[in-house]
Amino acid sequence: MPEHDVLIIGAGLAGQRAALAAAREGVSVGIISKVHPVRSHSVAAAGGINAAISVADDWRSHAYDTVKGSDFLGDQDAIEVMCSEAPGEVMHLEHIGVTFHRNDAGELDLRAFGGASMNRTAYVADITGQAILHVLYEQLMKHSSSVERFEEWFVTSLIIDDDGGCAGVIARDIRTGRMETFAAKNVILASGGAGQCFKPTTNALICTADGITQAYRAGAPLMDMEMIQYHPTTLAENGFLITEGARGEGAHLLNSEGERFMSKMAPNKMELASRDVVSRAEQIEINEGRGVGPDGRGIYLDITVVPRKRTLEALREIVNIGKDFAGVDITREPIVIQPGQHYIMGGVKTDKDGRTPIAGLYAAGEVACVSVHGGNRLGANSLLDTLIFGRRAGEHAAARARSLAMPSVSEAQLRRDAEMIEQIIARPRAGRRISEIKEELGTTMNQHVAVFRDEQGLTAAREVVVRLKEEAATAYVDDRGTVFNQDVLGAIELGYMLDAAETMVVAALERKESRGAQFRTDFPERNDAEWLKHININCGEDGEPKVSYSPVTITQWQPEERKY
Amino acid sequence: MSEFTLRLRRYDPQSGEPPYWESHTIELEPHRSVLEGILQARGRFDGSIGIRCSCRSAICGSCGVRINGQPGLACHTHLDEALERSSDGMISVEPMGNMPVIRDLIVDMDAVHWKKIQAVTPWLLAREPVPEREYLVDREAMVDVTQSMACIQCGACVSDCLAMEVDPDFIGPAALAKSYRFVGDPRDSEHTERLTALSEDPHGLYTCTHCFKCVDACPKGVNPMGQIMRLRRIAGSDHHIEDRNNGYRHEHAFVDNVRRNGLLHEADLLPDSYGGKFNPRAVPELIASMPVALRGLLRGKITLRKALTHPHKASKELRAIFERIESKPERYELNLYVSGTDEDNEPNEPAPAEAIA
Ligand SMILES: Cc1cc2nc3c(=O)[nH]c(=O)nc-3n(C[C@H](O)[C@H](O)[C@H](O)COP(=O)(O)OP(=O)(O)OC[C@H]3O[C@@H](n4cnc5c(N)ncnc54)[C@H](O)[C@@H]3O)c2cc1C
Ligand code: SF4
Ligand code: SF4
Ligand code: FES
Repeated sequence: MPEHDVLIIGAGLAGQRAALAAAREGVSVGIISKVHPVRSHSVAAAGGINAAISVADDWRSHAYDTVKGSDFLGDQDAIEVMCSEAPGEVMHLEHIGVTFHRNDAGELDLRAFGGASMNRTAYVADITGQAILHVLYEQLMKHSSSVERFEEWFVTSLIIDDDGGCAGVIARDIRTGRMETFAAKNVILASGGAGQCFKPTTNALICTADGITQAYRAGAPLMDMEMIQYHPTTLAENGFLITEGARGEGAHLLNSEGERFMSKMAPNKMELASRDVVSRAEQIEINEGRGVGPDGRGIYLDITVVPRKRTLEALREIVNIGKDFAGVDITREPIVIQPGQHYIMGGVKTDKDGRTPIAGLYAAGEVACVSVHGGNRLGANSLLDTLIFGRRAGEHAAARARSLAMPSVSEAQLRRDAEMIEQIIARPRAGRRISEIKEELGTTMNQHVAVFRDEQGLTAAREVVVRLKEEAATAYVDDRGTVFNQDVLGAIELGYMLDAAETMVVAALERKESRGAQFRTDFPERNDAEWLKHININCGEDGEPKVSYSPVTITQWQPEERKY
Repeated sequence: MSEFTLRLRRYDPQSGEPPYWESHTIELEPHRSVLEGILQARGRFDGSIGIRCSCRSAICGSCGVRINGQPGLACHTHLDEALERSSDGMISVEPMGNMPVIRDLIVDMDAVHWKKIQAVTPWLLAREPVPEREYLVDREAMVDVTQSMACIQCGACVSDCLAMEVDPDFIGPAALAKSYRFVGDPRDSEHTERLTALSEDPHGLYTCTHCFKCVDACPKGVNPMGQIMRLRRIAGSDHHIEDRNNGYRHEHAFVDNVRRNGLLHEADLLPDSYGGKFNPRAVPELIASMPVALRGLLRGKITLRKALTHPHKASKELRAIFERIESKPERYELNLYVSGTDEDNEPNEPAPAEAIA
């Protein structure tokens, strides 16, 4: 049985950063990922990472922008930590090899991003996530003697011991089908987001809420689950993202009348207002008949106003996406986009060191909710969140490991998970296909838990999700083998997505106001008197979601009206 | 919607059966990707079809396969494009080459690709002292290494590398592109050591045969062969590494030969690479190459007159090109990210509203 002081689930930016930080403290570290680390979804992050590194900038300004962006639901103590540590973190990345774009003086160049009061986004063309992820993986290869990697291993559940603490995980080697119990003094969940609950989404196929639901089932509270970000610029057909970097470089949004309609909702920041604001403005144009594209469900993003040379150098990836996936040369003509599901602000509730209320269980990255993003995440703040809180969780867990003995764990849970898998494989071909259920979940969520919501739609969504949960219990798989059985993993992932989706719907129904990404047409105003608080969701004894509240931490910035 | 027939190479290591082909008919718009086609087949007909995939948008590097014999990403190939390249009206998808197959379209990248990456010290050996803030480096230098940084480690270039087919120990296109990422990085302190190791390695820098396969295969425009040529140039011209594979002298002999003759005079190239016809080191090589030369003579591919005299001389224009290039104080490398003309630097005229509406 493998044993580690610190065991990390997930090898995206949060997981790899946590592993490197823990290893630096000299403890034994393992990192498990269901895909090869460089395939993790962090690789898709395009636009950049925020840090107040310019001499003219101040981390407090970054923190204030983040608080305002969050619609005052973010916890200000955590935001202060993130923003004040950001410059040091970006310099660290630079020192280990990230090829950040420079200005003519050879210093890091900074681009404009939404909701920011000045240019503070460091970037590598529009492959920032890829560049950082690959450089962290270089470091993992360098430190392979101190970080043990389990690549293409799928975690099926967390082990909770009799005292209620986390003592390890059960995982399956995807290449062989072998199940293994991993004992650990500390487990850090860094298993990413839940975008596949929606269709379309900008998220990769592997973003299936695994960690969120594993923690939820193990008794950890989820927080801010109603806060789901719709990104203003995604391709209609397949959900692919056009980075906010495009608007950062100066691109315009136009309706069917050729009007820069953002002037109506954000006369100062225009296209660079917060994402929730821009997505809402677009949806209003579309709903009121000023949309473009074949069915009028789109908006023009006009990048031709950016000098072509600059576009080719700094927005290379979206030039390709436009060409390859939409047949449009974005340097010559506008491209049709629409708001699309992109990010979940909510997740497993943690403190500033990544600790969840379950002893020995940490969470960091998109799976976690610290909460630094509150009701709406600013662009380029997520990479920062993964790195800062990944590092802090790694360091804290390493320190905690020193005073603990290795927990002894039985093989009972392994047998339970192995049986669960055998049962899935043995299901008769009578129920629905996994792919059908997933499709219905995605389109339902995208219809009712989107930019605009109301009680009726949310109630309908809840009914669908509850029915799909029943159907999923008998959905069958075709693959009966053990080598790379992706089919059975798909069935397990579907279960994770359904549980997570249910908590999103329940939280959205609960919050009877409009704040950040949650806009209720039946409660269109923000209501600080009643709703300046986080919604927490626990899994009850009966498996049903139970709602409770926790306060928002306010340090220096009192809630005020949000204008861009 | 159109119908497409996918012919998938299937293999189940547990069945004891050899690999076989299986066809599925799917329905999608022609500009959708081959990956979407495979996922539709998997969702509708057979959940056991094995393929790695995640991002669907050519950034995670999971879905490297061969489509109608061509290596590439399944998510980066349109169905209609794939059909155009097909000879039998079907889109054939099989696993990448040069790597063992685990199952269906999934190959063992650890056994080949990652092992080779690991071999080139794939991390920055940072210059000391580490500054408090960022290293101050040239803007162009960072943009330049970004091209090799753009590699998504998909393995498509490894799949069909000719040199690797012949010499499985060849370090290969992706790992060499990764090396350039450090050799081109002004923050790295061990350029010479890296280049020396690559040059001296009998399966290293000089094993590539310039076949262009990796350039065609690469979905991200990394141009691995181009990076290899730049590594050679930097190893030879800037660091004067005279490797035991004779790569350095060969390269110089090549350039001098063209400068003198205006085109490549093959008969001189080999002896020149070893220091000239009268250099003792060249003699065994010349003898070794005699059979090839003789065969060439017999088949009329070379004539004695051409082999021994130099009928062709470099033109004035060609000499001018050499002078112009060699007198430049700086060298500009062609690069994907450094592109466009100066006019491109002007803002575009905003499109008139009625034109877009
Ligand atoms: C297209 C796109 C562009 C973006 N651009 C930006 C940007 O410019 N700036 C910014 O700040 N943010 C951006 N984001 C958001 C940001 O990329 C993500 O929020 C962030 O990368 C999440 O990182 P992570 O480490 O938490 O998770 P991920 O990178 O998603 O990693 C999750 C890891 O968990 C593993 N895992 C999951 N489940 C299991 C399991 N059951 N067993 C074992 N392992 C498991 C996976 O294998 C993976 O290694 C973007 C997002 C998208 C979709
Ligand atoms: S050009 Fe060189 S590295 Fe590229 S495929 Fe051919 S032999 Fe291999
Ligand atoms: S160089 Fe290109 S083809 Fe080769 S691994 Fe990198 S991205 Fe793939
Ligand atoms: S699925 Fe990511 S590269 Fe094709």
